[in-house]
Formats: sequence, structure tokens, C-alpha cells
Amino acid sequence: MYTKDGENYFIVDAHVALWDASPANQRNIHGKQFIDCFYDYHRNLSPESELWAYEEFISYTGERLMKDLFQDGYVDHAIFQPALLGAFYKNGFGQTEAAFELTRQHPGKLTYNHAYDPRFGEDGLKQLREDAARFNLKGVKLYTAEWFGDSRGWKLDDKWSYRYLEACQELGIDKIHIHKGPTIRPLDRDAFDVADVDKAATDFTDLTFVIEHCGLPRLEDFCWIATQEPNVHAGLAVAMPFIHTRPRYFAQIIGELLYWLDEDRIHFSSDYAIWTPRWLVERFVDFQIPADMDEYAPLSVDQKKKILGLNAAALYDIPVPEHLQLAQPPRPDRQPAVAVA
Amino acid sequence: MAAPNELEARAWSALDAVMDPELDEPITDLGFVRSLSASDQGDLLVHLRLPTSFCSPNFAYLMASDTKDVLGGLAGVGSVVVELDDHHDSDLINAGLAADAGYQGTFGPEAEESLDELRLTFRKKAHTAAMERALTAALKASPGLELNATLADLPASPATEALKRRRHDLGLSLQPDAPVLVNEDGTPVPREQAEFRLRRARSTRISIDGNAHFCRGLLRTRYPGSDADQNPCAHGDTDGRPLLSLEVKAS
Repeated sequence: MYTKDGENYFIVDAHVALWDASPANQRNIHGKQFIDCFYDYHRNLSPESELWAYEEFISYTGERLMKDLFQDGYVDHAIFQPALLGAFYKNGFGQTEAAFELTRQHPGKLTYNHAYDPRFGEDGLKQLREDAARFNLKGVKLYTAEWFGDSRGWKLDDKWSYRYLEACQELGIDKIHIHKGPTIRPLDRDAFDVADVDKAATDFTDLTFVIEHCGLPRLEDFCWIATQEPNVHAGLAVAMPFIHTRPRYFAQIIGELLYWLDEDRIHFSSDYAIWTPRWLVERFVDFQIPADMDEYAPLSVDQKKKILGLNAAALYDIPVPEHLQLAQPPRPDRQPAVAVA
Repeated sequence: MAAPNELEARAWSALDAVMDPELDEPITDLGFVRSLSASDQGDLLVHLRLPTSFCSPNFAYLMASDTKDVLGGLAGVGSVVVELDDHHDSDLINAGLAADAGYQGTFGPEAEESLDELRLTFRKKAHTAAMERALTAALKASPGLELNATLADLPASPATEALKRRRHDLGLSLQPDAPVLVNEDGTPVPREQAEFRLRRARSTRISIDGNAHFCRGLLRTRYPGSDADQNPCAHGDTDGRPLLSLEVKAS
């Protein structure tokens, strides 16, 4: 919980990771390239006071995660959204066993979402059923740019992907988090294109699709889809730290999301450990749309409370203490606000 | 035979024509040209660099092959070698460029047809963003102006010039009485949909501006000192500029 100016905020960090990208775990040069890319994100968009040394960043302990999130970071509940990256890391990037163990050690604090890759076919489906039972899965994190043999990506509307989404329906995994990265076959198309999400969201209306980093670098395409599909949500990973480097640009992102999506479908996340939640929460509570941007309405305290945690709590059925809830709690399933011309 | 210094200067200028299709800016302004050198024989060696190892390989290939094409067309040039540094597909792309293998020859089964459609998609986005920049600036400057403004109504400005270039690229009308606000295919926007079109165009512009900000920053982080090789965004930084207030119909 975070308190400022007499207001209390229930905080859900909807995208955190426990990774091991140390040289011992790197399978090849791409393992180094991938974590170096993350580290550049971290260095480029963090305030100087929040910078980690490279050695700290490539691999860290569950104890540090607990401290950064819950002791220092005001977080009430956090959700693991792992990337497996088996082609880059020997034991995977996200540390499944360690993260799940933390979840068990701290009941009520952490939710473990797992990942799958539909290119594993029938074997992967069987594995998904086992994982669903073992981890009590309510959500999954999908990374469509994962490499797999000669393939360097897949789409959400692929035939096998639909088989997996059908299994998710059956298993009660109704939160589908999607991360779009580059390198998807065929290379002729825009690899960040989110059109496949549109199709899946239309065909699986009982599943909620949370698009991480709100579709960036295709914010406009994402907003357009989310306007038409009420079961498409925005995760703020990567967008959040712009609040530091470019607050006026951050204002435009939030302004656009609030306009196209409405305030019940936007979820705060730090993308830990690329960034840490403490400073992001503090800055967001202090943040306001600049007065000269009269294109956008000012951000209200209630909107901030929803984005910082109440929306994700509603989506994941995370109990919220009564005094931290709004008189009118978020309704993440409500219809889009914008009339489509 | 051109002197190496003179050829290098011409080559640098020529590279202003090579655009990052996604960010709609020249690779020379973005700092993506790491080095360029000419030999006494007129042979050119260029190294390109990108903000991350995982920048989209199709865009990386487009910029590298455009670089080779542009330089190969200069007078007095012998051979041209273009190398993309530190990318996850550097080996593949550099081998393809060296062999003039073309896009499909470079990527094999990952490439199905050509990159023409991808280029067109981003030319349209670039035009949409330029349209929003020019029209929003004009509406702000002239409160009497309407959303059905024509090209003749736009003030002489870099934003207007940028819009005209993007229209030219797409084969859209440059006549003074042509409406500024058009759909993606260049058809006029009915009055009742004008606010909505501008609103959507704004989200495109914000997306491109944000990507450019992110990519420029990441390049500086990845390659210390590269800020000296970056020039300010030519179509203007809208960050400090007030936006236009718009009423849009909501249900």
C-alpha cells in the first residue's frame, strides 16, 4: 500500500520476473544480447539513483525481489509473467521453480503465471494441463517472438495457438498476457503487428487478453483493437518509466489509453527487474496531465487507484481491504467507451 | 577518380535519403551510421549500428540494403561494402548484402514475398503522422481554420513541407485545393468523421514519436558518444507543443 496526501493506494504489480541471465546459463551469444538489451532499457529509462550494476542485473535472488517489491516498493500483490527463452538460456530465462517456490512461501502475495509455446504441439498441450494443475494457473504469459528450431515466432491466431487457447478455456486459465517482440515469420510483415490479437479476442470472448507495454511500438493499432474488443486490456510495462525521461510523452500515452480504452482496463506494472516499483508508484501518484494539454482530461485520484492496482485485483480476484476499495469498484468487463465511426 | 574526402562527404549526404521506415527519419539523423570511409580507389566501407541486437531484422535489412543501393549509385564509386554491426542477424544480413542476394536470397524461407508491402504500410503511417502534425499545428495557429482545410490553408513550415513529401511518396494530390485530412487511401474524410480521423491520426503520431524517442535513447545508451552523431528530429519535436483540444463523439 502507498499513502500520499491522505489517500491510500492498493498496489498490484502486474508484470514481474525472476530471471537468470548469468553467463553460466547463457546457451549462446543471443542470451547475452537479450539481457544486454534489457540492461540498456534499464539504464536508459531509470533515474540515476535507481540504477543497478550489470552483475546485479543479470541474475538476482528471490530475497531481493521480495524486498524491492514488498518492503521498499509498496506492492501488495505481484504477478509473475515469465519468458522462457529456451533457445537462448540453458535453464530458461524466467526461473520457474524458484518463482513458484516464492509464491508458495508467501501466500496471498504472489501469483505465478506460466508460459507456453504452441509449437510444442500435443506434447505441449499435455504439459500445459500438468502445469495448470501444479501451479493452479489463472493466467499465462505468451511471448510470440520466441525462437523454436528454425522458427522465430508464431501468431496468436495460428491453428495450434487456438488449440491451446481452447485448452485454457477448459482449464480456467482466462487471463492471456501477450508480449510482442520482433522477428516473426514471414518477415515480409510488420513483426509487431497486433492484428492476430484482434482475431483471437473476437473468437475467445470469455478470455481476457492483456497486451503488455500497451502494444508499443504499435500503440495506435493496439488502441484501435482495444476500442472494439472489450476483452483486450493494456499492461503498462515499458510505458511507465517514460514518466521519468519524458513526462509529457507519458501524459500522451496515458491520455490516449484513457480515451480509447477507459480507466478499468489499464494495469500498472514495473516490469521488474527492468525497473523497480518504488519510484514508479511515487511518480505516478504525483503525476498529472500538464495543464496546457487540454486535449486530455486531468487524471483523477480514483483513476490512479484503479490503474495502480484495483483493476488488476478485479481481474485476478485478489482481495482488496475494504478501506482501499472504491465506492464503485472497477468493472473490467464493461463495454468500450468510444463509438467506432 | 574522386578524392576520398570528397567522396566521403558526398556519401554522407546521399545517406540522408535512407530512412528508418518505422521512425520516418533519416539514418544519418538517428546516428545509425557508425562509420563511413572511402579508399583511394573509390571503394566505400560503411558500418551501421542499431539501438538493440533485437531490432526487427526486416527493417534492419531494409536500411542496410537501401544504404548499399544509394551509395552504389554515386559517381566515382568502386565497390560498396555495408556491414551491420552487433545485430542478432548480422552474419546473415552481411553475407546477403555482400552477395547481393536480395531479400529472399538473404533470409530464405523466412521471407515469403517482398518487403514492398511492409514499406507501404509504414509510408502510410508516416503520412498519417505528418498529416496530424501539420493540421494540428495549423489549427492551433489559426483558430478560424476548419478540419476541411486544404493544402493552401497550411502555413509555410517544416511540418507542411514534410506532409507534402509524404503525400508525394504515396502519390496523393499536391494541388492547393486538396484537403489535408484524408483517409489512408487518400480519399476525403466526410465531415462527420473528421474529428475521429484526426484523433486516430494522433495516436499514430504519438506512437511514432514515442518509438523515435525510445530508439534514439537506446542507441545513446548502447554506444556511448553516439549522441554526437544524432541530429534533432527534422519534423519537429511535438513534446513541448500544446495539443489541440478536440471534442469527439462518445457513446
